[in-house]
Amino acid sequence: MWATSYLAMENRKTAEMTFWLLLTVNSITFASLLFLLAAGFSLIFGLMRIPNLMHGSLFMIGGYLGATFLGGMFETISFWVGAAASAIIVAVLGAVLERLLLRRLPGQPLAQVLVTLGISFIVADFCLMVWGGDPLTVPGPESLEGTIAIGPMAFPLYRLAVIAIAAIVAIVLWFLLERTRFGAMIRAGVDDPGMARVVGIRVSLLFTLVFALGAGLAAFAGVMAAPILQVYPGLDQYILPLALVVVILGGSGSLLGAIVGSLVIGFIYNFGQALVPELAYFVLFLPMLLVLLVRPQGLFGRFEI
Amino acid sequence: MNSRTIAISVALVALMSLPYWVDGTYYVNVASQILFMAIFALGLNVIAGYGGLVSLGHAGLFGLAAYTTSYMLQIGYGHSASIVGGLFVGLGSMAIFAMLSLRATGIGFIMITLALGQIIWGLAYRWISITNGDNGISIHGRPAPFGIEIGSAESFYYATLLIFVVSFVAVLVFVNSPLGAALKGTRDQPRRMTALGYNVWMTRFLGCLFSGLLTAISGILYVYYQQFISPQAVDLTASAEVLLMVIAGGAGTLFGPIVGAALVVIVKSVVSGYIERWNMLLGAIFVFIVIFMPDGLVPGIGRIFRKFSVRKRNNQPQTLAVEGRQK
Amino acid sequence: MNDNITRRQLLVGTAALAGASAFPMPSIAQSAPVKLGLLTVKTGPLAQAGIQMEQGVITWLKEHDYKMGGRKVELVSADTGGKPAGAKTKAQALIERDKVDVIVGPLAAFEILAISDYVKEHKVPTLSHAGGDDLTQRTPNPYFLRPSATSSQAMHPMGHYAVTEMGKKRAVTINFDFAFGHEQQGGFQAAFEQGGGCVVNRLYAPLGTPDYTPYLAQMKDCDVVCQGFASSAPVAFMKQYAELGYKFPVVAGETGADDALLPAFGDEALGMMSCSPYTLDLENDSNKRFVAAMLREFNVVPGFNAAGPYVICDVVNAGLEAVAGDTSDRDKLMAALKAVNLKETPRGPISFDQFGNVVGSFYVRRMEKASGNQYGLKLWNRTVKTYNNVGQFWDWPERDFLAKPVYSRDYPPMNKC
Repeated sequence: MWATSYLAMENRKTAEMTFWLLLTVNSITFASLLFLLAAGFSLIFGLMRIPNLMHGSLFMIGGYLGATFLGGMFETISFWVGAAASAIIVAVLGAVLERLLLRRLPGQPLAQVLVTLGISFIVADFCLMVWGGDPLTVPGPESLEGTIAIGPMAFPLYRLAVIAIAAIVAIVLWFLLERTRFGAMIRAGVDDPGMARVVGIRVSLLFTLVFALGAGLAAFAGVMAAPILQVYPGLDQYILPLALVVVILGGSGSLLGAIVGSLVIGFIYNFGQALVPELAYFVLFLPMLLVLLVRPQGLFGRFEI
Repeated sequence: MNSRTIAISVALVALMSLPYWVDGTYYVNVASQILFMAIFALGLNVIAGYGGLVSLGHAGLFGLAAYTTSYMLQIGYGHSASIVGGLFVGLGSMAIFAMLSLRATGIGFIMITLALGQIIWGLAYRWISITNGDNGISIHGRPAPFGIEIGSAESFYYATLLIFVVSFVAVLVFVNSPLGAALKGTRDQPRRMTALGYNVWMTRFLGCLFSGLLTAISGILYVYYQQFISPQAVDLTASAEVLLMVIAGGAGTLFGPIVGAALVVIVKSVVSGYIERWNMLLGAIFVFIVIFMPDGLVPGIGRIFRKFSVRKRNNQPQTLAVEGRQK
Repeated sequence: MNDNITRRQLLVGTAALAGASAFPMPSIAQSAPVKLGLLTVKTGPLAQAGIQMEQGVITWLKEHDYKMGGRKVELVSADTGGKPAGAKTKAQALIERDKVDVIVGPLAAFEILAISDYVKEHKVPTLSHAGGDDLTQRTPNPYFLRPSATSSQAMHPMGHYAVTEMGKKRAVTINFDFAFGHEQQGGFQAAFEQGGGCVVNRLYAPLGTPDYTPYLAQMKDCDVVCQGFASSAPVAFMKQYAELGYKFPVVAGETGADDALLPAFGDEALGMMSCSPYTLDLENDSNKRFVAAMLREFNVVPGFNAAGPYVICDVVNAGLEAVAGDTSDRDKLMAALKAVNLKETPRGPISFDQFGNVVGSFYVRRMEKASGNQYGLKLWNRTVKTYNNVGQFWDWPERDFLAKPVYSRDYPPMNKC
């Protein structure tokens, strides 16, 4: 009798620990995906002050391209090649859009909102037309299939890998921003665009490159997310508000802000859904609201938005 | 009698006789939709166009008024009480919105309004005891002001047209009033306005209240038209849509929001019957507008007319469409 | 009850025949086509199901040479965008502009709720695929006919099966957090607990959430999991469920293991039980023809989203035949539609109760590896038990059922297990 109740207690404790562990790891995975997406948005907004409301669409079309490359046609392509190809295509698309459209609208937020939303409509309908209404599953890389034991539970290996990938990307971005001339130019442009021009920085080329980088990151995030979230119509509308909240919370133009913001939102999103599902929406927006009211530039933002 | 007055008179006559020259009640209904969405867009334009305060949560306020009216009707209040309740709640919540959002400007304002709009959407979905969740609230019947029934499509159209004209005149008066001028000033030169002694916050706040009133009116018209309200009318897409109407038509102009509303409603309701990819078409139209007329359809078309106009016009102060500049 | 229906149908049929022979129909009316309005969703997140709806209808029409009840049929298709306002606008377009005689659709419960009063006012028979229990229970609409099922109709037998045949006692349910999910949950819980089981926990995920981990983390202390996800969410759910190492048997309603999803499920879904008003493996002629036609026209394996509207066309056809193609008297047409009693359709025999909701067979299937040449599929839902004559009230007396509140997020209340 004592033995069974002890066993029951142990089982309950194990179940509790599993719950917390599972949610914690999942929060970090989700934060990783958000970081990949939000980093691009933060750079674009930080440097060019453009609220890129088609960022979610770039994420989605990245995922769809990934589904095409990794699905039926090119069976032999490795996951990473497919992800890179998708990112490059969308980066080029981003550069083209920036050159042709966004370049004409400096300092005109209303027109920027109109054009980015208009493009997001076109991309969303295009995806529906080409890939249909059915959600697509994208297989993860074979080397990352299966689960790994963490404590008492089994956790999918791929989700852990996503965390590692995001960490690598964060380090690469940090290196880019802090240790290269390109990065210095970006930082200068974020802090004082006028001065940057005066000093001879080719701001227009810089803008195109940064926009392309942001778009490519978004597409890469889309492919990384595809094995977890699938790719489906409406994915853009689902992910964009989350990216916006991360950037606002963390502060735009700041890599550290994107990291911290993603982690905060990742945890709130997962634990909020599990513990207070009725309040899932307030729980997401409340911290952002509070930060905006108290510190309008976000936690680590470099300028007041 | 200058050409502008002629144009406006022609438009009024056309609007008043609309049920007689459109092909059936379906198009009368489309016209009603255009009118109350135009009131909604005019309301947003007051702060987004003239005030430079872009809101991505206006559908939340629209919805609060609509839900209040529906809920009161459902629990047994009469039409007058429900309409007053809707206006009151709409105005009151706009006051709260404004007090929270005006702590920031520019993108901060956009994000706070977005958050507030999403919170209202979440409430509409979850507070099932009041809103009935995604099943929505159905109402029955329409009010009969002064004993005139407005149940039919034509009579409802005329009631809406009347309210639309009154709202439009109100906006016209507002824009040309000292308060309107002050609001435009706070959009263009907030620091100078403060130096001149204006209370920038109060100016913006009052502008928001006026915007909230128009928004509430359009929300109530919407619910009487549809006889139904559900959380879908309050979501981010709805807020984005009305903002797009304002920008595409011409922010900061009088007629821009009306043209924008007509554009979006016609593509969504009429064109969608003939073109399956109407979403793409709408997006393409927006991109086209940005390329060729970045300050909107109304200023853009105005420019085209002026280019081809042979006669010299006497100097009239045109309402310039100016992009909301930051700070 | 059944006798009344058959007798009524007989009377209507005889009267129609007598009428037709005594007063020959004006040739103008006969040659004018019947206008069928289809309210479906072709854009937006619900597009997948809406496109299947249209495919089902077009398959029927092509198979029958676009003829119903002896008259030519003109199909007018409208895209509501999956929004109530869009449904209203398109319903207005169909009724006021296109002057349709009958409406098929819409797809979602919140869409039909938005137009319910409107179609009643204009007396347009509306045959919908949507759930929304109360439309045929506590707030019925005389012009509404539901040949598909209420949201809870398939979950009642599923709950019954889980407790009586599978011997399960403790269930965790998970659904999307909207009315369709609440009503499925309610139906399962009511039937499961009636048989002596207990629902330990009910989880609701926000509509459209793609990641179920926060909910999977809460699944414990049970011996069966009941999921009611719709669209293609069941595929993602089962994948994530298996990835996290859960082994409890899974049961589902008609959307949770829809046959159209068979190509998308992986081996992790093997063993899932589901209860549906339609099953691909139903061995009757009309189903075989239906599936062959769907494969021929659209090269897709049909699920309930296509089969349901196909059967709706069968019903409209039968109703039109009963009134000899006369669509001028809407009330007569509505009565004829309600009186329809078909012995063979792709989903088996169907008839309607007095609220206009379907009474038919429901099939409990198990997902297994496909054996022979089953349309080239790797997985197959094999029927293991058929419940016949299942109405919307299961085996409870109608009065008692209606006296209780409609299934919702909080009803039935949770019991201590």
